[in-house]
Amino acid sequence: MVTLTAPEATARALDGPTVVDLAGAPVRDLNQALHQAADGQSWTITNPGGKHSLAVGINSDVSVTIEGHAGYYAAGMHQKGTVKITGNAGVGLAENIMSGTVHVEGDASQSAAATGHGGLVVIDGNAGARCGISMKGVDIVVGGNIGHMSAFMAQAGRLVVCGDAGDALGDSIYEARIYVKGSVASLGADCIEKPLKAEHLAELADLLAAAGRTDNPADFKRYGSARNLYHFHVDNSTAY
Amino acid sequence: MTITSIPVPAQAPAAAPANIAELGLRESATFDRATIADIQRAAATGVYDIRGWGAKRKVPHFDDLLFLGASMSRYPLEGYREKCDTDVVLGDRYASRPLHLATPVTIAGMSFGALSANAKEALGRGASEVGTSTTTGDGGMTPEERGQSKHLVYQYLPSRYGMNPDDLRKADAIEIVLGQGAKPGGGGMLLGQKITERVAGMRTLPVGIDQRSASRHPDWTGPDDLEIKIGELREITDWKTPIYVKIGASRPYYDTALAVKSGADVVVLDGMQGGTAATQQVFIENVGIPTLAAIPQAVQALQELGMHRKVQLIVSGGIRTGADVAKAMALGADAVAIGTAALIALGDNDPRYAAEYSALGSAAGFYDDFQDGRDPAGITTQDPELSSRLDPVAAGRRLANYLRVLTMEAQTIARACGKSHLHNLEPEDLVALTIEASAMARVPLAGTSWIPGVRGSF
Repeated sequence: MVTLTAPEATARALDGPTVVDLAGAPVRDLNQALHQAADGQSWTITNPGGKHSLAVGINSDVSVTIEGHAGYYAAGMHQKGTVKITGNAGVGLAENIMSGTVHVEGDASQSAAATGHGGLVVIDGNAGARCGISMKGVDIVVGGNIGHMSAFMAQAGRLVVCGDAGDALGDSIYEARIYVKGSVASLGADCIEKPLKAEHLAELADLLAAAGRTDNPADFKRYGSARNLYHFHVDNSTAY
Repeated sequence: MTITSIPVPAQAPAAAPANIAELGLRESATFDRATIADIQRAAATGVYDIRGWGAKRKVPHFDDLLFLGASMSRYPLEGYREKCDTDVVLGDRYASRPLHLATPVTIAGMSFGALSANAKEALGRGASEVGTSTTTGDGGMTPEERGQSKHLVYQYLPSRYGMNPDDLRKADAIEIVLGQGAKPGGGGMLLGQKITERVAGMRTLPVGIDQRSASRHPDWTGPDDLEIKIGELREITDWKTPIYVKIGASRPYYDTALAVKSGADVVVLDGMQGGTAATQQVFIENVGIPTLAAIPQAVQALQELGMHRKVQLIVSGGIRTGADVAKAMALGADAVAIGTAALIALGDNDPRYAAEYSALGSAAGFYDDFQDGRDPAGITTQDPELSSRLDPVAAGRRLANYLRVLTMEAQTIARACGKSHLHNLEPEDLVALTIEASAMARVPLAGTSWIPGVRGSF
């Protein structure tokens, strides 16, 4: 196996990011090196080739740029620092993210930011089905459209969609908030449109700014839980 | 049973007339008293029955197997002099830090939330005292549990409640849960009475709601995705931590083969007698197959792939005695897990609480309303007063005692069969008492060489 060295041990660290070329180095060595990285370091990954589990489990304040497309679970369980993917990302982008930022310049496949507990996930393009499924506090901003069953069982956090949302948006949603600028194909069980008040406009403006977007918060609609299915009740038996 | 928000009148269990037979009364086998009570309950409430525990129906089980002790052609080992080892290594296929347990009897996954913090601590104490592992559940890892557990298995469930990379890295093993024996195909359930502020906080849920956990994982579907998911978890933990895959017994031949193909270090196989904290009764009693029927299918899959003993098999669902441990291992398991039996060892269904069980409309030995959170023994509850009844140190000691008895009982049988390690027990040591058990366990009916369904046996 190729052994990667930490940036301070390389000549290139003095004048730029550590470059890891995945055309030659295995993903295992990349992740091992990232797990040992120190705060403040910059890493650039070239020739990612859609490989899976790139830059997963990062636990230091590093800045990582993946130049190209990533496969499944890119930046999975991300904890600190920033990961930017200049291409598209596969299934389970930034799944269970805890904090920090993950930014995809292209599109993301299904289950983007699934179960994320915190942090910010920005997708400039479209996201597939189940975007934000079981989200638990993560903020997600999608520049384009999202697929069906997005924010399914979403527990906490904010999902912002600047394009359109697919079928069954927010099915069985708990306390997460959803903002959609375009159309919603259909709402899932117990998800309703809610009034857009000043506090919502303010948080939406913050989220859009954090994602580097210029959309007008007043153009969005807000969706959330009707809280009718929080308790098992005989009268709800046909709601599911 | 009790359903939130539907008041059910408290009823004392109907006492049968003492002289049923003399009166010439005949109970229907089809519509027996329990069935009649179920229909009446459904008609009164309009909601299905939810309860804890596993399948209560009688199914072919380890009771239907017997060991052939050593005699002329096999040498027994001296019971108190010759060694019979019990240790087991779990997860050495890929993980650089496999578990090495002193006894093959482990503690199955049970959540903080379903169980009180004291009960979880007691499980950790008891397991650690005898050198075995305990397992988290659908609700994350508590500091108490991590602190008291020498070997802690961290469950990776569809809900991902409380899942975080810090706890993942602290875990001694990761168990990806696809299902459990009590409800293969069903997700978790925790009713509002048990969603206290602490439980709600750990799960990011509103306090007091009736929680429905997802039944499918949110970011993978099928064995090809699972292989990639296992790869991700290995990358995050730097290939140190063993990864188990837990399946509820339904199609164990295929599920085991696919778990191996997906890269699991260990397969955990839970039969229908395995317990739950809260599930629909119709689900518990009618979905899944008995533990006895599941083991040979899983072992066959492992053997055909050349992975038996390389990918370890942990079997759970109805393990009560050292004989059950020995029988599961003779059929090919590397280890077993106990849940219901561990709770009983802690103090669940203790007759000392007979009056309180009666007040809840149940009885010691029958209590299964784990979902209600009113457990007099302080185990399946989040009520501070009830929880405080369980002394984690004393309960942990009872569990350690029980685990030692299970291990010694299994050794007793293994020595009688001439085995110097529990892993040396084999199907050849077993016969079946019934045709059903013979067919399921694939060992001959006692006194014959006949195994129904196996070609060439006669």
